[in-house]
Amino acid sequence: METRNFKRVFVWELPVRIFHWVNVLCVIVLSLSGFLIANPPALISSAEATNLHSFGIVRFIHFAAAYIFFFNMILRVYWSFVGNKFASWRAFWPFSKKTWSNFKHVLKIDVLLFNEKVHDEKNISIGHNSVAILSYLLLFIVALVSVFTGFALYADTANWWLPKLFAWVTPLFGGDFMVRSIHHIAMWVFILFTLVHVYLVFYHDWLEGRGEVSSMFGGYKFVQEDRLRKAAKAEEAEEKSNKYK
Amino acid sequence: MPTEIEKRDTYYESIIKQGYSRRDFLKFSTYMAAFMGLESTMVGQIAESLEKTPRIPIIWEHYQECTCCSESFIRSNHPIVADIILDKISLDYTLTLMAASGHQAEAAKKAVMDKYKGEYILCVEGSIPLGDDGNYCCIAGKSAKETFLEAAAGAKAIIAWGSCASNGCVQAAKPNPTGATPIHKIVKNKPIIRVPGCPPIGEVMAGVIMHVVAFGRLPQLDRLGRPKAFYGKRVHDTCYRRPYYDAGLFAETFDDQNSKNGYCLYKVGCKGPMTYNSCGTIKWNNGVSYPIQSGHGCIGCSEENFWDNGPFYERTTKIPGFAVESNADTVGKVAAGVIVGGIALHAVGATISKRKELSDNIKRAKSNEKNIDL
Ligand code: HEM
Ligand code: SF4
Ligand code: SF4
Repeated sequence: METRNFKRVFVWELPVRIFHWVNVLCVIVLSLSGFLIANPPALISSAEATNLHSFGIVRFIHFAAAYIFFFNMILRVYWSFVGNKFASWRAFWPFSKKTWSNFKHVLKIDVLLFNEKVHDEKNISIGHNSVAILSYLLLFIVALVSVFTGFALYADTANWWLPKLFAWVTPLFGGDFMVRSIHHIAMWVFILFTLVHVYLVFYHDWLEGRGEVSSMFGGYKFVQEDRLRKAAKAEEAEEKSNKYK
Repeated sequence: MPTEIEKRDTYYESIIKQGYSRRDFLKFSTYMAAFMGLESTMVGQIAESLEKTPRIPIIWEHYQECTCCSESFIRSNHPIVADIILDKISLDYTLTLMAASGHQAEAAKKAVMDKYKGEYILCVEGSIPLGDDGNYCCIAGKSAKETFLEAAAGAKAIIAWGSCASNGCVQAAKPNPTGATPIHKIVKNKPIIRVPGCPPIGEVMAGVIMHVVAFGRLPQLDRLGRPKAFYGKRVHDTCYRRPYYDAGLFAETFDDQNSKNGYCLYKVGCKGPMTYNSCGTIKWNNGVSYPIQSGHGCIGCSEENFWDNGPFYERTTKIPGFAVESNADTVGKVAAGVIVGGIALHAVGATISKRKELSDNIKRAKSNEKNIDL
């Protein structure tokens, strides 16, 4: 029986990994503090309000995490212009033929669980697969929704110009009520996304054994050797042609 | 035209004629400056302006409404306010308060509209039903829409009193059977000041109208067309119970000890955190109190769709666009449950469907294991 030869490939650069985990932390903190803001628990305390600032602290944590979340997101967008090909915005471009054929493949094989007649290693994405791309794009939009509605709610009590930049969002929805509802619902999208996302990472790791889970720690994934040579050749050729350009 | 305006009394003249002293007049100006949120140095300007400006005619229309705005207005703080504005500022037409009635009243309105075309202020109380050709609200044989468009055409500016004219209020609540419509959705080419609230605070109304008549221009408006001086802050931002909110001390029910202690009403549904209004500062009934001070949460009366924004006595997130009382958290939890169930099914399905691939993997890995060179 043939034993597959895997090569270790550097996929997720350090800034991408840092972004990922900062983002995870922020979403957890934002969601927990968000739930508390939406539905504060009964506090058993006989302290005077003067000596207590617990809800203020929860809100402070939420806003602080929101800023980190926001700036982290901006850094990631920046990295999509300077990072490697797996981090590039090009990797997220959903309108290419390749993306759609891969989309169909992933849908058939990984979502609907059909088996391939002939295994084509090329169908295994080294970076994100096409379904994942779409889910990240969706999540990016939801993140923007969170940021826009969150800062819009924050704008009127903020002293800094940055949150005030988002003040125009509120009138679009007629007032704070709708903005707040949308903000709250966006949080649920994050939670639902996370469930599916984490499961699919485990699923791919379990089935393909290419280090999907650990890739977000070390940055490496494992790729079939023969595939790599072809890719390496292509890359060499590309480099050459670039040189002469 | 200008000569006719000059013949009209100035505000000051009509105030003095009414039997008030100059001292009263100055007090009035001071009040107005305070209501308008102006600095004390502006009092002189207001007084001067009132001394010089001839009174501006006002047409005050009532459509689909309950007259709570008028009620609130005539209770505004200083007696001179209602007096001046209602009698003297020249409410040339307001069907609830004017002496004339029937054809006479309508003729008077027509006369004002013709004579002061482009100069009068149109105040609108109530929303306008557009359903069934506007037949749900007719005055003097004409539909509200028709009279409104007619009056709006010659108006210098329009003031939308209360949530009805500004947002539609209860008549516009789902399913809005009469097609009640706030006025800014009907007339687009006139400056409109929206003064929402059910009703708006009397002093706010006085402040707005005085600004218009004293300075001859609109007060500074926010993006929603509301005067910034009165709608620039949330009730929550000026609420005296705010320290309890920040402390996390909340009334859990209306009859618990926390409620008696005066804790924040957030958990019993206070809508102050989403509601822009001056209740926390100007208060109601001549500054006596306001709902929260009297132990009841804000119900968000000055916000868009306030009847459809969810229950008054609960803190939940409604899903917009759903007619049923759908709580976002319940829907979220159900969705999460469905997804977790789906994931479990998928995992089982994958184990079955991909069994060959998986067992190959395992075989390969096991043979590799055997071949480890220790
Ligand atoms: C993943 C991102 C975020 C999540 C999951 C999240 C979640 C939440 C939740 C659940 C609430 C309570 C809503 C309610 O009362 O029903 C909330 C409130 C709020 N959030 Fe966020 N949020 C996020 C990002 C942000 C951002 C970027 C900002 C920007 C500053 C922000 C600012 C606010 C503000 C101002 C409130 C209202 C707090 C108050 O009125 O006391 N949030 N958030
Ligand atoms: S009572 Fe209402 S407005 Fe006042 S602090 Fe509490 S939530 Fe805010
Ligand atoms: S406290 Fe709220 S509901 Fe009450 S009058 Fe003020 S804005 Fe309206």
